[in-house]
Parts: sequence; structure tokens; C-alpha cells
Amino acid sequence: MSKFEALTGNDAVATAMRQINPDVMAAYPITPQTSTVQKFADFVADGLVDTEFICVESEHSAMSACVGASAAGARVMTATSANGLALMWEIVYIAASNRCPIAMSLVNRALSAPINIHCDHSDVMGIRDSGWIILFSENGQEAYDNIIQAIRIGEHPDVLLPVAVCQDGFITSHSLERVEIFDDADVKAFVGEYKPRWPLLDLEHPKTYGPLDFYDYYYEHKRQQVEAMEHAQGVILEVADEFNRKFNHNYGLFESYRLEDAEVAVIAVNSTAGTIKVVVDQLRDEGLKVGLLKPRVFRPFPARELVDALSHLKAVAVMDRSVSFGAMDNAGPLFLELVAALAFHGVHVPVADYVYGLGGRDILPGEIERVYRDALKVAETGRVERMVTYLSVRE
Amino acid sequence: MELKGWRDIPIGGMILEAGNAVEYLTGGWRAFRPVHGEAECIHCMQCWLFCPDSSILVDPENEKMAGFDLEHCKGCGICASICPVNAKVIKKAGEELARDDPRLCIRMVEEGKFQE
Repeated sequence: MSKFEALTGNDAVATAMRQINPDVMAAYPITPQTSTVQKFADFVADGLVDTEFICVESEHSAMSACVGASAAGARVMTATSANGLALMWEIVYIAASNRCPIAMSLVNRALSAPINIHCDHSDVMGIRDSGWIILFSENGQEAYDNIIQAIRIGEHPDVLLPVAVCQDGFITSHSLERVEIFDDADVKAFVGEYKPRWPLLDLEHPKTYGPLDFYDYYYEHKRQQVEAMEHAQGVILEVADEFNRKFNHNYGLFESYRLEDAEVAVIAVNSTAGTIKVVVDQLRDEGLKVGLLKPRVFRPFPARELVDALSHLKAVAVMDRSVSFGAMDNAGPLFLELVAALAFHGVHVPVADYVYGLGGRDILPGEIERVYRDALKVAETGRVERMVTYLSVRE
Repeated sequence: MELKGWRDIPIGGMILEAGNAVEYLTGGWRAFRPVHGEAECIHCMQCWLFCPDSSILVDPENEKMAGFDLEHCKGCGICASICPVNAKVIKKAGEELARDDPRLCIRMVEEGKFQE
């Protein structure tokens, strides 16, 4: 039997970690992730998990310890945010390239400078090409559900890639909400036992991880990573299907909210999608045909599926909580990839980008309503006046 | 050697056969060649112990130092610098000896200048 608890997003993730009971956890404190690992350290101290908890001197070391432990054959988890992820960066790539299925809770926070501890998505967008699977979560419940699924996705023999599960720093990581916590035994059964295929600690079969790899084979190993990413989408859907049947929470590549008969839609990830749903309901009450598409899986990017879900619309507005500085019109990464997907698949829907919420700047329903009203105008005229708008920045 | 495609190699650059580095010949990287010199080798096996490429050959009959595996030796010179007989020869000579001085037990000779 599951039960409902009042938990912060971080505590929900820490609870999932307790239920998963990984072999190794290596992490370094950084706001706003800290309370996840702090809570998990309590579980370790209280003897509720068998995990080897490694206190390290930096995030670079945290991810290094994770890679070593994963290669050894352990089920490994970690958590970080912003500058911690930036310090991990070298090893983030190595984790993916060495095919270590590490599960990481990534509590999104703005990268320095200026120093800021609040939410935006500049941290995760920095690792979008690193070879990690990236999932977004609207709230603590989704972060809890996603981190449980992340174990199965990453460890799948056709995938063997690390998985980052994102949620918004402070907005969901530190807010109390009602979270359905599944029975310990059910989670344990769902994640199952990790049977590593090539553990270093299998001394009967000695092997080498991470050797020198030049122009003769490096490229082939990168091609294998592409293949793993291509398998990942199907595995993510299989795992979601099993999760849904067992726990009755419905996940896919993205969530569509009142999208089917909509004429305009907003695309946004993580917590803002929750606010947008409220605005959608309000505008629907006015008779306006608006909807929301909330990507859950950002890597691998479900281009074809997104295009199919959006092709009937008259206008789309993407909301980006980070900037790709120097990119086309200084747009955000979500927008850039989405317009590329639409263009490649020959679907013409006018799209505009709205950068918002950098460094934790509040995003309020009134501003989201403005985005919808803009989109409705675009739907009428068929013309996007401005490619990128920086929402609620003071002039 | 025919190179394999991406489907036919272990993922992540993993090497699943222990000890197959022997198939990878690195002797061609060498700029300096170690040569067993005139001074009497005491077969202390310090060179064998320190060689990072397992390139000191040992005679299985008498377990004595038997020269160098030049297909793998990269010519780093660690054997020459660790050799206690070399140290003794240098001390005895009372002068700075060249790396390729024939009086040494293990000397390092520039590949271009080496003659059998």
C-alpha cells in the first residue's frame, strides 16, 4: 500500500533513494540539492540502507567516485546543482562515455556569476550534449517517480547510460507538497537487483575501463553511445508503461494538457508547467483554445513525437529558463531544438521563444497569460513579430 | 590488422581480455634505445620491477635479466636511471657520464646512432 506524505521535493527524492538502497552514494553539498543528501545521510546513520556513503572533497571527486563505483559493479546515485555540476563536468562526460548507469538528482539552479542559489536551467543545459539521459519533473511527486524509473532506464542492457532527473531548485525542492510514497517492497521489486554485465570486481574476468582510445576506435565508441541514446527512448516508454501499471501514475515522453483541440500551446519544463496549467484552465473558461506541452524527456530529444503533437497548432510559444548566449537571436536551448525539429520535419507552425525566470525570478500567471495572448495574436496573423522575448526583465 | 566496426567491439572502450596490451606494439615510439653495457649486471631486477611497460626480459632458466623487449619498450630510460650498477659506475668515474657511455650497465643510445 502506498501512503501520502507531506514532503519537500528533496525529501521525496531522498525517500526514493532510501527505497532504492543503492550500493554507493557519493556527493558533495551544494544548495539547493543539499537537503537531499543530508536526509539520505540520516538514513545511512540510522541503518535504514546498506549504502556505502562516500563523503568527498568536491563534486569532481563525487562524480569520479561514482564512475569508479559503477565500473566496479555497484548501483550508484548522487545529487548536485549548478556550480557543483559545472565542477563535475569533466567526469560527467566520462560517466556517459564509460557507460556507467549512475542516477543523479539534479536540482536546477542558476550558474554563477553573479552568484545565485535560485532556480534556472542553465546548469542542466550545460550537459545536454554529454551523453546523459535527462528527465524533467514538474513537482516532488514527479521527481520521486522519475528517480525510481531512472534506475531501470539507465541500467537497461540496451542503454547503460547515466540519467539526470531534474526538478526546480527551491520552487519544488524545498516546498512541501503531498507526495504519494509507494510501499518500500514495491519500489524494491520495481528497481530489482542490479546485475552489472562487466563489473571490475569480477576478478575471474579481469578487464580495463577507460583506456587510451585514438583515431582508430574512439569514433566507433561514440557511435555506440548514439545507438544507446536511440534505444533509450523505447526503454523509457517501456519502463513508464510498467511503472504506470504498477503504481498508476502515467508517464510518457511528454505530458499534453488540453492540447488535443488547442489552437495555441506553450511548451515548458519543470515547475512552471504547473503554473501554466492554471492559466490554461482560466483561459479555457474564457473559451480560448489553449493548451500546454510539458516535455519530460529532454535527452533523448523526442523530435518526431513533439512535431506530431504540435503540428495541428496555429502558434506555439516556448518558455526557456536559460539562454544559449550567442545562439540564433540569443534564444533558449529548448526553442532552438524545437524549431529545428519542426523545420526538418517540414511542419510550419509559427514559434516564438520566451526566456524567463533566470536566477529564480518569479514567473507569475499574469506573465504566462501574456505569452498566451501573444500566441493567440500570432495564430490570427500567422506572423511572429519577435523571435525571442525576455519576459519580465526590467528595462 | 583489420579494424572492427562499432557493433563488434565492447562498449565504452572497455577491454575485456586481460593482458592484451601485448598485442599493441609501442616500440616504434622510442627515441632512445636501452642497451646492456659493459659493466657487470648484478641481476638485482630493479629494472624489471620499475619498467612501466614490462619490457625487461627474464631468462626463465636462471631468472636473470636477459635484455629488452624492443617491440614494447618506449625508451623512457627508467631502467637506466634506477640501475644501481649505473650509479656505482658514475660514482667511480667521478665525472658526468653521457647517457650512452659504454661503461654503464644500462645505457640509452639514440635510435639513429645505434649500431649492432
